[in-house]
Order: sequence, then structure tokens, then C-alpha cells
Amino acid sequence: MLMQTNRHTENSRDGLSGPVWFSLILLVSWLVLPLIPLAIWSVSRSWYFPDIIPSAFSLRAWNYVFSSTSDVLPALGVTTLIALCATLLSVIIGLPAGRALGLYQFRGKALVELLILAPTIVPGIAVALGLHVVFLSLGLAGSYLGVLIVHLIPTLPYMVLVMAGVFANYNPDTEAQARSLGASAIQTFFYVTLPAILPGLLIGSLFTFLVSWSQYILTLLIGGGRVVTLPLLLFNFASAGRNDITGAISMIYILPGVVLLLLGARHLTGRSRAVESLRQI
Amino acid sequence: MTDVSLEKLTKAYPGQTRPAVNDVSMHIDGGSLTALLGPSACGKSTILKMIAGLLPPTSGDIRFARQSVLQLPPNRRDAVMVFQNHLLFPYMTVGENIGFGLKMRHEPKKDIDRAVGRMLELVQLEDMGTRKPNQLSGGQQQRVALARALILRPKILLLDEPFSNLDANLRLEMQQLLNSLHQELGTTMLFVTHDKEEAVGLSNKIALILNGTLRQYASATVLYGQPKDEDVARFFGARNFVPGKCGPGYFDCALGRFTLPESVSSTGRLLTFRPENIVVGGDNILENSFHATLASKQFLGSQTVLGLQKGDIFFEALLSPQIAEPLQEGSTVSVHLPQRSLWILG
Repeated sequence: MLMQTNRHTENSRDGLSGPVWFSLILLVSWLVLPLIPLAIWSVSRSWYFPDIIPSAFSLRAWNYVFSSTSDVLPALGVTTLIALCATLLSVIIGLPAGRALGLYQFRGKALVELLILAPTIVPGIAVALGLHVVFLSLGLAGSYLGVLIVHLIPTLPYMVLVMAGVFANYNPDTEAQARSLGASAIQTFFYVTLPAILPGLLIGSLFTFLVSWSQYILTLLIGGGRVVTLPLLLFNFASAGRNDITGAISMIYILPGVVLLLLGARHLTGRSRAVESLRQI
Repeated sequence: MTDVSLEKLTKAYPGQTRPAVNDVSMHIDGGSLTALLGPSACGKSTILKMIAGLLPPTSGDIRFARQSVLQLPPNRRDAVMVFQNHLLFPYMTVGENIGFGLKMRHEPKKDIDRAVGRMLELVQLEDMGTRKPNQLSGGQQQRVALARALILRPKILLLDEPFSNLDANLRLEMQQLLNSLHQELGTTMLFVTHDKEEAVGLSNKIALILNGTLRQYASATVLYGQPKDEDVARFFGARNFVPGKCGPGYFDCALGRFTLPESVSSTGRLLTFRPENIVVGGDNILENSFHATLASKQFLGSQTVLGLQKGDIFFEALLSPQIAEPLQEGSTVSVHLPQRSLWILG
């Protein structure tokens, strides 16, 4: 949808037509409006119906969030660490897998592609319930490692598919050429392969990070309450009716998404090869 | 100057019935310019990649100056390969592309810059060093690819269809450049091509590869005049084949008895003669002459193709248009096959 509006703005640079303005405003409000009450909640002391704005403001919620007695900062650390590790593991597994899928034809390729896509189609809770039993017997339930591994189920498909798209437009002879010109295997990767696939790799990592960052059900079931990430904490406070703290945590929770989106905006303009390959999928 | 030996070189891909390269043995002289010639997918590029170290052979050996190089990775062999599509690194400038190999060797930047400058001069791209490859024309890109390989002063330079993506004028220009570079540097050069004119015009020696096997390895004149078998002869444009029987110094066939030159062995069952060596319409009854019917005549600009018929045998002659002009279709003409034009195939 983002790319759609972008193309519209490019087509009519002299001035946006009415419908385009309308849809643009609709889109922005759809994304931003729900966040406004949360932001207000985070600094309010008392805000009761039918008041438009809170009757009293306070930084109580923020004080709590950053205090040493709350679990917010440790949860932020855990969430970040798991998301980073999930991204790293996804790169390590997804890069060679995507390369194989993008470059080579082999028997059973369609089946492999289907299996990789499966986690995005099959409901996560069904998988998680089954996995919980397996993880219990393996001693992985309730551990950070278990949560990390289970996060790979929804994250890996994104990485593999993005990399498969990147490698479908890649000529491996470039690497052979570099080798023949005297580059070692490692030099070839850093000087030739990496620059060629970097845009795709960044996009894939971005997806992976955010998908891991937003896991709730998988973390809850496999972590068994012992691995506390931000979405778990958020849900706890929300169901306890603490709207002020929920609002403050939400503000922290959306931060990496906004930062990564801004960093990645350059690649999302549709000019990058990675986005091109995404469209092909 | 480094010579290259291929010993029973074979490459078989799993799942394929016939090896892509089958038992190829040849010796390439140091400092020579050799062509690997053959139709597409005949295995010639596979041979090049094996020499460069980019593909391991299934069996056989590759030797540079009598030393086996099979254990050496591509970056440690003294052979540099230039790919067909030049494969310049798109995110590097032209200068960085050319200096790539030296950078991989961790040479000081100052030395690299100086060497790059010299190479840009050598391939006549002095002002292009700071451009990106996609700002260059096809011929310029190909020259950069050549410079990028030559800067390493390789003992052996391997070129895979170096000129096939260029238009005719550029190709001629590049061929001249390659020829002069070869004479200047004394590098052993091996290039792959499917174009027999290119192979003939550029190389000292041609290796004809058909279906993964080396069919004949000789100079161009030998391949044209004394092909080893019918396939080789046909590849080099031979059209006339007459079956018959050999005797001591002669060959008997439906066209008559022909005296063979002493250099031609008197064994084999197929007589061949190149269409351009036939004399048509002479008055004198010479040796190796007979009469035939002129069945067809086709003007091709610089040449005229005559279709000649005697009994069941049909053969073609190429004549200069001036000589062919008075000959009438359907008439009987005298045909002379000079001794030196005759060749017997096994």
C-alpha cells in the first residue's frame, strides 16, 4: 500500500488529485490515530469518560517504566536480544537456503518452497501447542533458547523468500570471475557477493527483526511465563486496566519499528533490487 | 612463457549420459594464441573453467609448465579467466574494477593507482577511470574486463567468447587490440569461440571441439585443407564428398579416376575437395578433369555458387562472378580438380 501511494505521488508531482489526498490522509490517520490516545494515556493521571482530554497529567507511568522495580527495561533487553539473535540466525540459515532456491533447479523444489511458506499459512498457535510438547521433552520449554528457536518459525520464511528473490537476479559467475582475478573465497564474499545482496539482506533482516519483536503467542506458550518480552508485559498491563503504563510501554514498543522504517525507507521506495524481487514473489 | 598441457581431461556432470568434456589431451605452446572452437554447449567453456580452476575435472590432469595445478585454488593459479559477459563489478568504478586483483593481493594503494593508470592507457580508456561500468559502451566494458585481467600479468590468459557480444566493427577493433597485446606481452592466451572466422583470423592454432571431444588440433590451413574426418571438414565448410576406393596414388569414384598428390595417403573411402579450389570451364583436357552438367547458378555478390551434376553425384564450386558469367545453366562444362585440392577422408 505504501508503494501504491508512492507511485501516485510520482505520477502527479504537480499537485495531488482529490482522491489521492483523501486516501493518503486516510492511510496516515489509520496508522497514526490509534497511537494518539496511547501517547496521551502515558502522561495522564486521570482520564475519565466523557472528558476529551485528561483532567490531570503526570509522569507517573514513565517514572514507573524506567524505575528499577519495574520489569520494563529487562523485558526491553530480552526482546531486543531475542530479536537480534533471531535475525542473525535467520541470516545464517536463510542466506544459503535462499541462494539454493534462487539459483538452482532441483527435484522437489516446489515442495521445499511450500514447506518454507507453510509457517506463514498455518496458524501459529496450532504449531506452538504441538511444539510445546516437543520442547518440554527436550527441556527447551521455558528457556530463552527455546523461545529463540520458536521465533525462527515465523521469521525464517521472510528471510528465505527475500533472499531467493535476490539470488534469482544474481549471476554467480561474478564470484567465479573474482576468484579467477585472485580473490580468496572470503574476499569474494565481502567484496563481490555481499555488496550485491546487501539491500535484500537488509530488507530481510528488517522483516525478521520486527516479526520476532512482535511475537506474543509463541513466546507465551514456549516461554511459559519465564521469558518475559515487551508484548507479554504490555498485555499484562492492558488486561489489568493500567492504561497509563500500557501507553508508556506502547511508546517504547513501537520505537524500533519506526526507527527501522525510517532507516529502511530508502529501500522501500521501489528502486531497490530487493523490493523488486519481493514483488516477483 | 608458460605452456599448458591437458592430459585426458574429462568432466562428467551427474545425471548426464555423456561427459561434457571427454578425454581431451592437448599441449598448448607457451606464448601462443590458441582458439578452442566449437558450436555452443560443446564443452569448450567447461575446459576453460577447469584450466582456470573454477571447476574440478572428473579425471585427468592440467599442467602449467609441466607442474600439475589441480590442487591449486583459482586465486593461486597463474591463469586468469575473462568471462563472456565481461562481468564488471557494478558498484565499483572502472579504475577500482581494474585494480581489483591487485587489491586482493594487498598491494599498496600507490602501486595499484599507478598500474591502473598504465592499463587504462593500454586499452585506450584514459579518462574513464572514475566512471561506473554502466556508463561505458559494450566495447569499452569488454576492454575494462581485459585490462582487469592483464593488470595481474598472468602467465596464462583465458578468454571465454570475448567478442561475441560486440558488433562487427567493435569486434574487429578488439581482435586487433588482443593481437597487439599478445605480441607485446607474450602471454599464453587461450580463447573460446564458436566463430570459425574469428578462430582462423586470430589464432596460431585451433582446437576443434565437437560434443566434448577434441576432434582436431592444428593450424587453420591444415583444418581447411587436410581435415581429419567428415565432421571436421563439414564444420570448416566443406560441401563436396564423393565415396570411392583408393589405390596406390589414385582414387576411383563415380566422377572418374583421380591422381592424388604424394602428400595424401592412399587410404580412405571419401574424396573431398573444397568448392573454391575447383576449376570450371577450362578448354584443355588436363589430368583430373571430367565433364559435368551445370545444374544451378547463384550469384552471391563476391562469389557465384555453381551446382554441378555428374550421374548421381552433385557437388558445388565457388567461382569468381566474372568467370561464372558466360556459363549457361543446363550446359555441359569441363571440370578440373587440381591435384593439390584433393584430400581423402578415412
